[in-house]
Amino acid sequence: MATGIRDKVAILGMGCSKFGERWDASPEDLMVESYVEAMEDAGIEPNQLDAAWFSHHIDDIGAGKGGTPMSIALRLPNIAVTRVENYCASGSEAFRGAVYAVAAGAADIAIAVGMEKLKDTGFGGLSPTNYGTLTPQIGPSGSAPGNFAQLASAYRAKHGVSAEDLKRAIAHVSVKSHANGAKNPKAHLQKEVTEEQVLNAPMIAEPLGLFDCCGVSDGAAAAIVTTPEIAKSLGKDNIISVKALQLAVSNGLENQHNSWDGSYFHTVRVAAKKAYAEANITKPREQVSMMEVHDCFSVTELVTMEDLFISEEGNAVKDVMDGFYDADGKVPCQIDGGLKCFGHPIGASGLRMLYEMYLQLQGRAGERQLKNPSIGLTHNLGGQPANNVCSIAIIGALDS
Amino acid sequence: MSDVGISSIAGYLPRLRLSKKTVAQANSWIAPNLMGKGKGTRSMANWDEDSVTMSVEAIRRVLGKDDDRSHVDSLYFASTTMPFIDRLNSGIIRAALTLEEETECIDISSTLKSGTTALIQALDKVKSGSSSYSIVSASDKRKARSASAQELDFGDGAVAIAVDSKDLIAKYINSSSLSIDFIDHFRQPNEEFDYNWEERWIRDEGYLKIVPKAIEELFSKANISGSDIDHFILPSVFPRVDQMIAKKCGINPENVVDNLALSTGDTGSAHSLLMFASILEKANPGDKILISSFGGGSDVILFEVTDNIKNFKPEQTIESLINNGVEENNYMKYLTFNDLVKWEKGMRGEQDRKTALTTLYRHNDAIMGLVGGKCTKTGTIQYPASPISVSPNSPDLNTQEPYKFAEKKAKILSWSADYLSFSVNPPNHYGVVDFEEGGRIMVDFTDVEKGDIDSGMDVKMVFRVKIVDEIRGFTRYFWKAIPV
Repeated sequence: MATGIRDKVAILGMGCSKFGERWDASPEDLMVESYVEAMEDAGIEPNQLDAAWFSHHIDDIGAGKGGTPMSIALRLPNIAVTRVENYCASGSEAFRGAVYAVAAGAADIAIAVGMEKLKDTGFGGLSPTNYGTLTPQIGPSGSAPGNFAQLASAYRAKHGVSAEDLKRAIAHVSVKSHANGAKNPKAHLQKEVTEEQVLNAPMIAEPLGLFDCCGVSDGAAAAIVTTPEIAKSLGKDNIISVKALQLAVSNGLENQHNSWDGSYFHTVRVAAKKAYAEANITKPREQVSMMEVHDCFSVTELVTMEDLFISEEGNAVKDVMDGFYDADGKVPCQIDGGLKCFGHPIGASGLRMLYEMYLQLQGRAGERQLKNPSIGLTHNLGGQPANNVCSIAIIGALDS
Repeated sequence: MSDVGISSIAGYLPRLRLSKKTVAQANSWIAPNLMGKGKGTRSMANWDEDSVTMSVEAIRRVLGKDDDRSHVDSLYFASTTMPFIDRLNSGIIRAALTLEEETECIDISSTLKSGTTALIQALDKVKSGSSSYSIVSASDKRKARSASAQELDFGDGAVAIAVDSKDLIAKYINSSSLSIDFIDHFRQPNEEFDYNWEERWIRDEGYLKIVPKAIEELFSKANISGSDIDHFILPSVFPRVDQMIAKKCGINPENVVDNLALSTGDTGSAHSLLMFASILEKANPGDKILISSFGGGSDVILFEVTDNIKNFKPEQTIESLINNGVEENNYMKYLTFNDLVKWEKGMRGEQDRKTALTTLYRHNDAIMGLVGGKCTKTGTIQYPASPISVSPNSPDLNTQEPYKFAEKKAKILSWSADYLSFSVNPPNHYGVVDFEEGGRIMVDFTDVEKGDIDSGMDVKMVFRVKIVDEIRGFTRYFWKAIPV
């Protein structure tokens, strides 16, 4: 029986670049920006790094394939660099690789860097992705918002929610994230918006308007991990450790089997159960202090509240409208602005979520600091509702 | 020798009917002479329809929903607008309909009388005994220049006929065929549009001399005269030519069949046979129907309606197809669908749409025929089939038998109307549909407008163009869902 990852690995340092339309910055600049901050935070030298993971989704227009873009950008001392890709959950995948290397004893100190340079694609939204040779011949010629928007139609049908009520609830999701992002100097979008603005924005994919969609950004984020013992030996106190790391991957059931009703994420429920068990959390609604979830679209965040077992099934609309997930609510969600406003440089996003949880847990989140959070959860999703990968990480103070 | 003839017939018309008034008015500044043609409508194919897809839909109506189509042993496809010059177009249709590989597939093209020529060929084939059940389908989607007369005269449509030796609704009597290199119009490969000669010459030297000659020959062979004809079919875009020929051949002008000029327009290769379908709906046992066509000569075919016509109740008559059309008053939409304007497709329109032909062939039944799998252990139906069934906790290998989805009804589970992704007809509608016996597919919806669909609605599957690879000149087909 596996004992799980709980408290076996500590976060030694983290860094995150400014996200946004970084016309000035190359992929290398972004990586360096997050790396330098993380290394200063960790207080180590490059030759103390044993292994590295590099997450990056769009290889053809970003930094290129393989481990070399990161090794060259950071002039790493010829250590192992593994490039990982798992759709929009790639950042969590890099973190998982580094954490597992430390937990296995194969590395004393490992680094994960995620980076994406989306604003060199020329697209306003995400550029189209290549899905092999069969899928384009049988799948619809859609887009990310069109795929995620389908959650809304299925959720409405299942729970008997009117189009207007759902639209208003997902609008609140975005209004809340904009309010949070306005307090984050590294966020891509730092302006508050009103519910009226969100409701009246141009339609992207029914029922998702422009403000229901996250920012498409450039950026990078980095995490350096080690064992709690080494962290202590390096003079660290206030140590944040990994409590759970789970990844659940669709096996085609949602896409092909009639048992899935289209209104929720099957993988999120699987990963959440395992993550809570690994972190020894029995009452998530009470025990989770804060969350960064994969709010690629407002409706994704809404249904995810149920899939993470924070809201009861069918109750997310009410919880959202009650402000349960607002900055002053019981479980603040997207306190850094989320994908919605911090931005979504794909390969970096999972690490960016962890960065915020880490800062909050260490009491270093500035103007948006929450009061005494003890457990932070990140939920990083890749793919689309009918076919996806879901990565969940839980971190908290060591031995808490 | 037993009789041969036709045992079933069905037409297919696209959903939209372009208002000719709208077109004539839009072009009146440059072509005021066309204002007189600005009456009624013409059928207008969706952007994802071509002669092949329209034929598939017409043939489906003839064959019905049975999975077993092994009785079809030959298939004739007639069109002047076949999507491929070198790729067996009737072979595409065979694959879409999941007909047997042994079905003989024949393309007949290059003339507007290709539909009647194909019908004569099939009748002869069944008569000779080398085929016992043959499908003939004629279809055209002709392009015409903006502000041309052809734009207002043409229509898009298809027809399918079962040529058989039993359960005949119309018995084949005789036919005649003339091949004459009379060039009223022409079109070489790589040319989008016809080049037309003067209308009066076409009418006087072409129609009025060639068609009567073919009719007289048939009358002589069949030993009948014009007064025996109860219904006379001749498609022509020139007013009253059909009446003039009827008169010339001793046929009562009142027996001239309506050429549907004001509803569908002239559907090219399909039109004689589409008119045949429309008059069969109204014909009585014993009626003699004379079908004629014009183009590179003329074909004339004589049928006699049998008693079985009383039991012939097509699901969709030509009359109902015409009545159920939706009028389209957006001329720009017509121009865009038919690639007659240079429109901004955006970056998402630039995506390379290369089709892996290896993959297409490896999954030919799944892609072209919408064939999935049914697990022999669990009964789970899925699309596409896979070595390990999608049924939870059922790890057995290779348990699936082929399962056909195309004729099954489905319901919409989830959907969206997407303004971001590239579409010739935005918003791009797609979503997950669940089939009545099980199985689901995420598909494109077509023939829908904003607000037309919702979760829980019934849909059926149609064979359509999925994408056009403009770089390589390749049309990729797949199935889409439309509301029932």
